[in-house]
Amino acid sequence: MSSRLINWFKFSSPATFYPLAGKLIPWFTGIAVVLIAIGLYMSFFVAPTDYKQGEGYRIIFVHVPTAWMSMFIYLVMALWSGLGLVFNTRISAMMANALAPTGAMFTFLALWTGAFWGKPMWGAWWVWDARLTSELILLFLYIGFMALQGAIEDTRRADRAGAILALVGVVNIPIIYYSVTWWNTLHQGASVSVSKGSSMGETMLVTMLIMVLGFWSYAIAVSLARVRSLILERERDSTWVSELSEVRR
Amino acid sequence: MFESFLVVVRRDLTLAMRRRSDVFSTLFFFVIVVSLFPLGIGPELNTLRLIAPGVVWVAALLASMLALERLFATDFDDGTLEQMLLAPQPMFIMVLAKVTAHWLVTGVPLVLMAPLLGLQYDLNTEALGVLLVSLLLGTPALSLIGAIGAALTIGLRGGGVLVSLLVLPLCIPVLIFGAGAVEANISGLGEQGHLSMMGAILVISLLLAPLATTAALRVSAE
Amino acid sequence: MLEVIDLECVRGDRRLFTGLSFELNPGELLHLHGHNGSGKTTLMRAVCGLIYPTAGKVLWKGEESRRLGDDFNRDLVYVGHKNGIKDDLNGSENLRIASVLDGVPISEQQAWEALAKLGLRGHEDLPTRVLSQGQKRRVSLARLLVHRAPLWILDEPFTALDSAAVELLQSVIREHVERGGMVILTTHQEVSLTRGHERQLRLGWKEDGDV
Repeated sequence: MSSRLINWFKFSSPATFYPLAGKLIPWFTGIAVVLIAIGLYMSFFVAPTDYKQGEGYRIIFVHVPTAWMSMFIYLVMALWSGLGLVFNTRISAMMANALAPTGAMFTFLALWTGAFWGKPMWGAWWVWDARLTSELILLFLYIGFMALQGAIEDTRRADRAGAILALVGVVNIPIIYYSVTWWNTLHQGASVSVSKGSSMGETMLVTMLIMVLGFWSYAIAVSLARVRSLILERERDSTWVSELSEVRR
Repeated sequence: MFESFLVVVRRDLTLAMRRRSDVFSTLFFFVIVVSLFPLGIGPELNTLRLIAPGVVWVAALLASMLALERLFATDFDDGTLEQMLLAPQPMFIMVLAKVTAHWLVTGVPLVLMAPLLGLQYDLNTEALGVLLVSLLLGTPALSLIGAIGAALTIGLRGGGVLVSLLVLPLCIPVLIFGAGAVEANISGLGEQGHLSMMGAILVISLLLAPLATTAALRVSAE
Repeated sequence: MLEVIDLECVRGDRRLFTGLSFELNPGELLHLHGHNGSGKTTLMRAVCGLIYPTAGKVLWKGEESRRLGDDFNRDLVYVGHKNGIKDDLNGSENLRIASVLDGVPISEQQAWEALAKLGLRGHEDLPTRVLSQGQKRRVSLARLLVHRAPLWILDEPFTALDSAAVELLQSVIREHVERGGMVILTTHQEVSLTRGHERQLRLGWKEDGDV
């Protein structure tokens, strides 16, 4: 048990994590490209046309996975933040840092594709639907996290302050989601809710899962690359960085 | 422990009384924002009655954001914050005391002023009562949640704007249930559900927000 | 009593000190030396617990100070660069509030006596806003007279003080050490503090570490 713990902590040192991340990035990039290509092909050519919504519905193969990702990434970010606060490991905070822009991008994509979907379906670019509204608030939370990190110069303070904010956000998300849902049902009928899940065919589900996995690989590849540059930036004075071949040139 | 709570509350109230302009600026901001809406929307009473709960609540939210910046900043600048962190008292209690004083100074005037502003919007007596109660439950929660943001942004450039950016999304539930309670009362649905949700939010933030604020203060005071 | 083991602190991107260890026993005074920016203040704040060191630990009576929490804080007075007094309150209000938070409440009478001893007679009920830098410093240092904590951590306590006040503070520190107290302090002034039990620690030299 204890030897396993030590093993894990070994990878939390920047010097060992940096080359490991370097090796992993091409793999995840490859997987991401392949899976997203398959997913897109399936969503455009394999999945059947929806009898009610026509061809326009196909955007949900991007919309739903991005929405899932936007929420998952916030949770993962909070998890890293918590680990960073408890174990005081530098890599954890860097991971949280690196995930935030990707999470914000997925949130933005989810909102944007939601708008594209909403126009033909509901006749409006923006509808104050509970899911859309919560997604918008999630975007605000991401922006707040990044703004706070950007405003603090001292990296250690920035890491820990960001971590606290991410954790506070995670506690709040269920309350926000619940309140928004309540608010939504109070203000309008269920006319805009499009029931998913039950009506979803098997091909559609498989396509979405492939897209989610593709997005995951993309998110991992991108955030690892970002962590690598963060490590270089923060550890530029240490000897192991100056001995790297890409730095010496 | 209770003694130190009282001492901090009394200290902050004394300080606020010796610097009264800070208290009034928040209150006037609230009054002005609420009074601006009819000018922008038009004096049609039916419309105003409809938007009144939302307007008053959004204005209260913004006004309490405005006051947050000073919550810990002066204590940080003159070093009393680090003395509090080093005092052999639970920081949870200190934070609670600071927030209590802050609420008494900035929150309570808003609560008391709100029914008067509600009259401008032609709300009936019952709705005014619900507005008062909802603000009474909601503004302490706003102060508690806001304290986290204030603690995180101590000593940062542009701290005031940043606080709003961090705290406003977290305050959305309070806004929804607060304004919702008044709306529910006006539309005859009954405000009970909303008010109990606000009570629950207040209890949760009483328990959790001081913890997060304490952690944030320790980070920021380094 | 106080042990510092392998302490390391990083500010911004700079590692200020690493592997720093020392020990302080009752009746001893530790005088920190070092040029500006060598990490004296950081070291003191790390010992207090205001700064989280990146490595190492601080032991008080054999236990980790962080774990002791308030039990450690009770035994500690810290006077930092900032005076820790409210400009809009007067001297005795400031002192009495600080004493309640320190867990040793004092009466109005005691506060006035302490302030008088530091040469602030006649200024006790003026808001400290109108006092001079040196007088504010005296209000801040009055805590040392009413607090009975064994460990004093004083960051540049002599700044802004006139020679009479420096003299007085020196004697207060000397008495405290002779009573078996512990003091860590920095100063750039030439001061004679105690005979005997004085240790020196130099920061910013190549060889950081044990005294």
